[in-house]
Amino acid sequence: MWSWVAHRVTGVLIFFFLFVHVLDTALVRVSPEDYDKVVATYKTPIVACLEYGLVAAILFHALNGLRVIAVDFWSKGPRYQKQMLWSVVGLWVVLMAGAIYPVLGHAARVVFGS
Amino acid sequence: MSTTETTPSGIGPVEGAPFYGVDNPAPLIEAPRRRTKKTPRSTRGNFEMIAWLFMRLSGVVLVVLVLGHLLIQLVLDGGVSKVGFAFVAGRWASPWWQVWDLAMLWLAMLHGANGLRTVINDYAERPASRMWLKALLYTATVWTILLGTLVIFTFDPNIR
Ligand code: HEM
Ligand code: HEM
Repeated sequence: MWSWVAHRVTGVLIFFFLFVHVLDTALVRVSPEDYDKVVATYKTPIVACLEYGLVAAILFHALNGLRVIAVDFWSKGPRYQKQMLWSVVGLWVVLMAGAIYPVLGHAARVVFGS
Repeated sequence: MSTTETTPSGIGPVEGAPFYGVDNPAPLIEAPRRRTKKTPRSTRGNFEMIAWLFMRLSGVVLVVLVLGHLLIQLVLDGGVSKVGFAFVAGRWASPWWQVWDLAMLWLAMLHGANGLRTVINDYAERPASRMWLKALLYTATVWTILLGTLVIFTFDPNIR
């Protein structure tokens, strides 16, 4: 049940991000300066935290989506859905830990100085 | 005495023989949902089943496309710090990444829009609000897909 709510919330969030993202990418057709100005905001510490949140949402939605697909198409899926849910959560925690440095490292260097 | 009554009835007089028998079979009643030549053809088609299947097939492909995209943009080669006009120009010089981004754009937009259609159907109860929300969703989706496609195909590294 909660996994369904989380799947729905993350899906809607990613979709709204995608609207904005196609718009900001469209600036490459306007001018290189405008594009670089907007992309500069992606590199600020606060937005870096939002990016970490986006990664969290996508990783959960992707892993849980694969689990939903397995439940629907794999003959033993429904029997193992609980084990698969805990695998999803476990894998998500590991991947999120691994993403800390690549996604937040540059922000930490800005905030704390390098 | 009613044993001599002749009006047709499915149930014979309690004491007597049943009205219908081998020589007087009951009329055949068709099963209520049976399709016959006279049944009007369904006007609905298999849209919901196709949509359900599309969510699952596009989901599998999106795992590769979107997680690959995030790995390239946020993790490899210095993370977001490297992203800029010059970086995009370098990537879209290759047809491989153009096709990648095009597929990701179309699949993610259609997958997300179809997902949101389900969400609207679940929560918007008044027919009018459903209609307006979906109209908004579909126009925004079509415009975004067209804009993104145009940007990929008309990208010009020497714009200035
Ligand atoms: C914060 C993380 C992200 C960054 C920094 C980022 C960066 C970029 C960049 C630099 C481009 C330009 C083309 C290229 O280099 O391939 C691009 C295009 C694109 N990205 Fe992302 N991206 C991010 C997340 C996402 C996510 C989560 C999705 C999918 C849900 C996505 C979907 C797309 C699409 C569809 C395009 C093509 C846009 C167009 O056709 O105009 N991106 N992204
Ligand atoms: C990364 C790979 C992805 C996978 C494996 C995946 C998988 C799925 C699956 C299987 C469903 C159907 C759930 C159901 O019928 O109960 C679904 C729903 C949904 N997805 Fe995705 N998806 C992915 C990426 C995305 C992206 C990039 C977006 C946003 C643009 C998105 C937005 C949604 C939405 C809004 C729903 C509807 C949620 C609901 O009805 O509760 N998904 N996803």
